[in-house]
This record gives sequence, structure tokens and C-alpha cells, in this order.
Amino acid sequence: MTGRDVTALMPFLALLGTAVLIMLVIAFRRDHRTTMLVAVAGLAVAVAFLPGAAAQAPRAVTELVTIDLYGLYYTGLVVLATLVVAGLSYPYLAMHDLYREEYYLLLVTACLGSSVLAVSTQFVSFFLGLEILSVSLYALTAYHRHSRASTEAGIKYLILAAVSSAFILFGMALIYAASGSLSFSGITPDNGILAAAGLMMVLAGLGFKLAVVPFHFWTPDVYEGAPAPVAAFIATVSKGAVFSLALRLFSPLSHPGSSLFMIVTGVAILSMFAGNLLALLQQNVKRILAYSSISHMGYLVITLLTAGELRWSASAFYLAAYFITSLGAFGVVTALSTPERDADRLEDYACLAWRRPWLAAVFTAMLLSLAGIPLTAGFIGKFSLAAAGVGSGLWLLVVILVINSALGLFYYLRIVGAVFARPAETRREPGTLPTTSGAVLACLFLALVWVGTWPGPLMALIERVVRGLP
Amino acid sequence: MLVLAWLIIIPLLGGLSAWISARWSDRWPRWISLTALAVDCVLLARIWTGVPEGLVPGAWIAEMNTPWIPQFGIGVHLALDGLSLVLVVLTLFLGILSILCSWTEIRERVGFFHLNVMAILAGIIGVFLALDLFLFYFFWELMLVPMYFLISIWGHENRGYASLKFFIFTQAGGLFMLLSILALYFIHGNRTGTYTFDYLHLLGTPLPPLAALWIMLGFLASFLVKLPAVPFHPWLPDAHTEAPTAGSVILAGLMLKTGAYGILRFVLPLFPEAAHVIAPAMLVLAVIGILYGAFLSFAQTDLKRLVAYTSVSHMGFVLLGIFAWNRTSLQGAVMQMLAHGVSTGALFVLAGLLQERLHTRDMDRMGGLWSLAPRLSGMALLFALASLGLPGFGNFVAEFLVLAGAFSADRVVTAFAAAGMVLAAVYSLWMVQRAFQGEARSALSLSDLSLRETGILAAMVIAILWLGLYPRPVFDTTRPVLNGLQYIIPSPRLDAQATPLPGFTGEERKREALP
Repeated sequence: MTGRDVTALMPFLALLGTAVLIMLVIAFRRDHRTTMLVAVAGLAVAVAFLPGAAAQAPRAVTELVTIDLYGLYYTGLVVLATLVVAGLSYPYLAMHDLYREEYYLLLVTACLGSSVLAVSTQFVSFFLGLEILSVSLYALTAYHRHSRASTEAGIKYLILAAVSSAFILFGMALIYAASGSLSFSGITPDNGILAAAGLMMVLAGLGFKLAVVPFHFWTPDVYEGAPAPVAAFIATVSKGAVFSLALRLFSPLSHPGSSLFMIVTGVAILSMFAGNLLALLQQNVKRILAYSSISHMGYLVITLLTAGELRWSASAFYLAAYFITSLGAFGVVTALSTPERDADRLEDYACLAWRRPWLAAVFTAMLLSLAGIPLTAGFIGKFSLAAAGVGSGLWLLVVILVINSALGLFYYLRIVGAVFARPAETRREPGTLPTTSGAVLACLFLALVWVGTWPGPLMALIERVVRGLP
Repeated sequence: MLVLAWLIIIPLLGGLSAWISARWSDRWPRWISLTALAVDCVLLARIWTGVPEGLVPGAWIAEMNTPWIPQFGIGVHLALDGLSLVLVVLTLFLGILSILCSWTEIRERVGFFHLNVMAILAGIIGVFLALDLFLFYFFWELMLVPMYFLISIWGHENRGYASLKFFIFTQAGGLFMLLSILALYFIHGNRTGTYTFDYLHLLGTPLPPLAALWIMLGFLASFLVKLPAVPFHPWLPDAHTEAPTAGSVILAGLMLKTGAYGILRFVLPLFPEAAHVIAPAMLVLAVIGILYGAFLSFAQTDLKRLVAYTSVSHMGFVLLGIFAWNRTSLQGAVMQMLAHGVSTGALFVLAGLLQERLHTRDMDRMGGLWSLAPRLSGMALLFALASLGLPGFGNFVAEFLVLAGAFSADRVVTAFAAAGMVLAAVYSLWMVQRAFQGEARSALSLSDLSLRETGILAAMVIAILWLGLYPRPVFDTTRPVLNGLQYIIPSPRLDAQATPLPGFTGEERKREALP
């Protein structure tokens, strides 16, 4: 291993070092604030190492990972999102009676697992990354040890994730048996039935992580039971990293007309419709966000089927916008939560605009972004998805995307309507927003509007990242 | 010409400062909004007075173009020609009046109200100026959210339902337009290698007939919802009825016009052959709208709902005028857009005044208002007459020109459309009779118009009389644009070659053909 290899690996080593450091800090001094600061500093250092690593890209470091710009882009996204989640979690954990410090350890390891997924180009690192991520998430989901809902969500996630891991592992074995290679590039369409079966199993396992139909059943329960910041993490970091890998793995294989193409089309259509239609029936805000995320993954899956450079750039942009939006929405849920329970009922948001105007403004902006309304990042994201779809002539999918965007408005506007309902009497509640949550939400809001009105810089970055990808 | 950007930015800034200023007093937002719109008027007046004589078709009075999202070939391309000019004038006129007519009606959350109103106005001005299809879509969607808030926060009893319905109808239509815009973008890009959303580049893109038809239908889905044409109208009666007065005035007076403007600016020039193919169907749709709107308004007891249905009827004339597609009918359609904006706006103001005083819009509970409030009732009679197309008012000029133009296009359709004018007389006079004439009800107490209210209505009376008696300035201003449209004579053969437009597209295509 040369010095250049180490430079390329530095962001990942920084995450690893942070995890070890947090363990040591906890052993010597159990203090919530210190642990949080160590975690945040470690994540920030990892981000700081990204440009150095990018200078070495593309570079295959060992046989396990290939550090390329595409992987580093998603690594950056994942680490920044983890940073946001850590910021949101601090006041949330502070008001709960728990062992708070290990939370950050789990968060950092989950982030490490996700980053490994983003840079893996073969099955061993893929599986390692996935398991590091999943195991951390089991514990994070059930972090409210005394809450039945949280524990139930943890168990549910554990069992289903274990099954999906088994599927992926079996699929890998089949692919290896057929192609004799553990690298993604070793798979070709003419590997025969064994490899095709293996690919389907891997697809099923990834579908579970992405929560696309028909592998979505865990999502609403886990979102509802998990602590709100953990739900934010699952919605963004976990799905984003897995999607970046799915795109690498499947997009060279899904030619129009292939059976994989048909299956993914079906998955996209079902996810869009199921997510939006089921969200209409919900009364719980966390469950609404869960179903909404199912439909958003359905939109995103369309890029797996598109051709050319647009599939990489559209999905990269869409995920960045989706990260900002989802983190913001869950951030508001977190900020409104009380020690007794998370703010997940629609009543918690009634007349919010007149009680807590700033939080209401942020929440409304996030919901409008989820709905894809201009001035927000979500609009440009949906626009680039539609552009990718139209550019590849996927008319059926794009028209269904449009229909679903209209369907989605029903439930987003229902929440907005509740937020802006006219109260019997106007009384401002004292501003109890903790500084960290306030700062994080303000940053997310600014990012949302910045990307929504001036997407040029981000697009230029993405253009550089995806240049040279097939 | 950065001044075009300022026309949009000033209302937005005005709205934001109005919002902030509401912390100190409820009066500040009103005055700030008025000032911002007044500044806009001054800017526009300076542009208008600078218009050179004898504009050629396709020449722009003012234009600006800077890149916005270069990766997609999206630019901030704004331009003003005669058509946009008269519509921006209408926007500012009705904008000022809707601020004035909310002076006492809106007492809660005044700052946020003015932010929304100003944001809608900025969006509408943007729609009238945008020459980049992406930018156009951006503004098109941008005006929806504040209008949604306007209806859902300050609306009447059934506001939640009405605002949701409004948003979903218009948004769904808009998304189909987005698909069409993207399809056009890729077809043009694949053909020429230049991927751009610029209207002037996309003009004259040769399209296979079937593709042109589908893409045009996507645009029409959006514009016909906004216009509205039957059967895309169900959002309109609810939204107009439940909105606060300013919302109804802006909806009827301005937002419906964006649909007609879209057809004139984008559908006809971009897809001349396809539009020609579909014109007979559109004429029939227009007449159905005229008659259907008139019949339904006759059946209403809610005053605002009645006026809302008359809008469906009147906008049918706009659609008729556009697709009859000759100089006379196009002039009439533009005139109808202006006249309808003023006359229906005034009727909504009057309905709002009555609602504020009587706390009802139900005409069965009115009656005999003339003896209680003669000035208000007189105004109502005047605008009812304007709306039924009495000579002397702008609506008469408009409807006459539309019918005269349509006669040469399709006689049967014109005959039915003319019947719509008879029905207009029936519902307008019926409304006056039920609400204002007859025995006064002792239970009602009604104060007559205040000075501010008289001022609002007087301005509208002057405007509608001006349009009716001296419409030449409007014709002179819009003639170059409409002549340009009229010259797009659809070629009888419907092959892939689009007919070149004199003025600009010919040059555009030549420029692209050069290496």
C-alpha cells in the first residue's frame, strides 16, 4: 500500500478512527457533549479529506474498493447527512433518559458502512459495507430500550434485514459460481440462468434496503417506532448508499427488453403507486413520510432504466435534493418531539404556522420540496428525473411519475393545510428550539432554496463526478 | 435590459418587506405593497412610452437573456412585446386594486397576506415575460403556492376543499406541460445538437405530425385547465367562490389570462400544423364552454359562484377567438382578456363588498339593496351590463370582434356562440333583479360605498369604458404580435416541415444550419 493509496482511503480511515476514538472517550469519560463533539469533529475531518482523496481518483485500493469520484460524491453526501443527523440527535437525546454516548458510535459505524457501499465495486466489500450498516441500524432503531414500539421496530428490522442479507449472500454465491468473479464487472448478460437467478436475489435484497414494493412492508413500522433522527438516517443515508451501489451494479445490465428491465419497471410503477396511495390513508406523520419515501424511491428507480450520462447525474442530483428535504422534514419532527413521545400525530402540527412560525416555514418548504414545487431542491430533482426519463423515451414511467406527483400533493397539502389552519386564538409558544436544531434546520432550509434556485454549481460538480462513467 | 427582471423582483421584495413590516403595524404592509406596485407601474410606463412606432412582427420591445442553469441550457430569458405589455399593465392595475379592496377585509395575518398577493403578482408577471420554457414553467408553478395559501388561509367556509382542488387541477395540468416541454427539448436537441429551453430556438423545430400533436396536447392540458375550458373547469367555481376578494379578483382577472396567453404565445407558434388540426375541436369546446357557463350561472344562488360561472362563459369567447385564428378574432380574444379582467374583477369586488357588509353571498337573502345602497347597486348594474356585452363597454368590442372573426371560420359554431350573448343578458339581469331590486328586507342594514371603495370601482369603470370607447391603443400595441400569429398560415400538407414564421424563425433556423 502506497502513500497515495492511504490518501485515497483517508476519508474512510477518518471515520474508522472516529469510531475507535469514541469508544475510548466513552471508556474514560461518559459525557454526552464530549462524545457528540468528537463524533462531529471526526465526521468533519472525513469531509475535509475528500478533496485529497478525489485528487487520487480513480484508484483501485486493494482488490476491495475502487476510489472514484462517483463513490466519493456519495461518501460526501452520506457523511454530511450523518453530520446533520448527529446535530439533530443531540437535543433529542438530551431530553431522553438513556445511555446517550453509544448512539454516536453506532451512527459513525453506520456511516462508515454506507461509505464503503458507495465505493465498492465488488461483492466482498459490498457485503461488508452492508453488514456494518445493518448491524449498526438494528441497535439504533431499538435505541429507546424502554419503548415497546422502538423495540418492536428494531426486531422487525433485524429479522427482515437478516433475511435480505441471506438472499444477497446466496445471490452472490450463485453469481460467483456462474461467472467465477466477485467483481461487478465480471457479470455479463450471457452468464446463464444461474447468474440471472443470483442477480434477482441480490436485487431483492437491495430492494429491501431501498424499501421499494414489494419489499416495503417494514418501512412504516420502523419509521414510526424508531427515534425520529434515526428514521431520518434510515430514510437518507442508508437508502442513498444502497442506491448508489444498485446503480453501479444494475445499470450496465438493464437493457430495454431484458427481463431485469421489465422487473425494475414493475418495481418502479408499483412503488410509486403504492407509496402515494397508502400515504393517503395515514394519519401519522412519520408513517406518511415513510410511504412518501417509498414513492420517492420508486421515482428514483426510474434512473436505473435510463441510458447515458443522464442516469448518473439525474440520480446524483435527485438524491442530494432528497437528502436535504428528508433530513429537513424529519428534523422538524425531531425538533417538535417531547420526552414523552415523538411528534408524529397530525394534531401536533395543527396551527403550527401561528405558534412556531419558523419551524412551520421550514416544514412547509420541505413538504413542498417533497411534492416537487419550484424554488425548492425537490423541484429541480424531479425535473432532472423527468428529463432523464423523457431523454430515454420511457414515456409510460414518466407519465406515471406525473400522475403520482399529483397524487402526492393530496397528503403533502393535507399536512400543510393543518400547519396553516386558522386557530381559535393566536398565541405564540415560547421559542424552545435548541440552538443545534435551529442551526441545522436553518442550514438545511438555505441549502434547499439554494439548490432550488441556483442549481448550477451542484450540477457542475455532478457533471465532473459522472464524467467517464459508462 | 435589466428592467424586465426588476418588474418581477420589485413585487417580490415589496412582498417580503411587507411581511416583515407587519411586526410593527397592520398599515405598513398595505402601503409597502402599493408602493412596490406603483414603482412597477412607473418602470412599465417608461418602457411603454419608449415603444418605437411601427413595430415589426416578432420584434421585442425589451429583452434580457442571461444563463441560469447552463448544464441544461436554461437561461433567464425575459422579453416584452405588445401582448405581454398589455397583460402586464392589466396585472399591475388589478394588483393595485386587489390590495386596495382588501384594505378592511383582511384583518388577520396582514403581512403574510400581502407576501402571498405580491408573490402571485410577481409569478404572473414572470409568466407574461418568460421566453425560456423552463423559466415559464417555473413561474407558472410559482404562482400556485401563494394562491393556495390565499384561499386556504383567508378563504370562506369551504376553503380547505377549494384550495386543494385548485392546486391539484392546475399542478396536474402543469406537469403534463413539463413533459411536453422536455419532449420538445430533446427532439430539438437530438436534431440540432444544441440542448436549450429557449423559445426562440425551439420555434420552428420540425416535428413529426403525431409527435407535434401529443406535445401540443401536453401544453393544452395545462392551458385549458387554467383558462378554463369545459370539462377542465371544476376547480374554478370552488376556488373563485371560496377565495377572499383579492384572490377572486386575481384568479379571474389574471390567472385565467395566463392560460389564454400560453396558447397565444406557445401553442400556436410552436405547433402551427397541429393547432390547425385541432382547431375545429377547440371551437366546439369553446362554444360548449360559453353555453355551459351561461346556463350554470343562471342556476346559482351564490353571488360569487354566479360570477365564477360567467367567467367560464366569457373565457369561452377567448378560446373561440384564438382558434378562429384570423386577425379580427385574435384582436377580439385579446380584448376579451382585458375586458373580462376588468369587468369580472369589478363584479368580484362588489360581491366582496356585499359579503363584508351582509356576511352572506346568498342572493335569496338579498333583495331590494338598491334602496339601501344606491351607489353600490348602481355600480353592480353597470358592471352587469358590461358583462352582458352592452355597446360602450370593452366586452362588447371584444365579443363583437370574436364573433365577426369566427363567422368566417365556422358559421354554425358562431351562431351558437352568439346565443351565449343572449344568455349573458338573462343571467346578468336576473342577478341584478334578485339581489338589488324588489322589496327591501327590513332585516338588512347596509352602508353605501366608502370613498376608497368608490375610488376602486371608479377606476374600473374608467378602464372598462376606455376599452369600450377608445380601444385603439390596445389594438395598436398588440397588432404586431397578432399579425405575426396570423401569418402562420397552416400549410395544407401535414408533413414534417413546419411553415417558417416571418420575422424570426426563418433567421433562427438559418443561423442554426450554419456550421
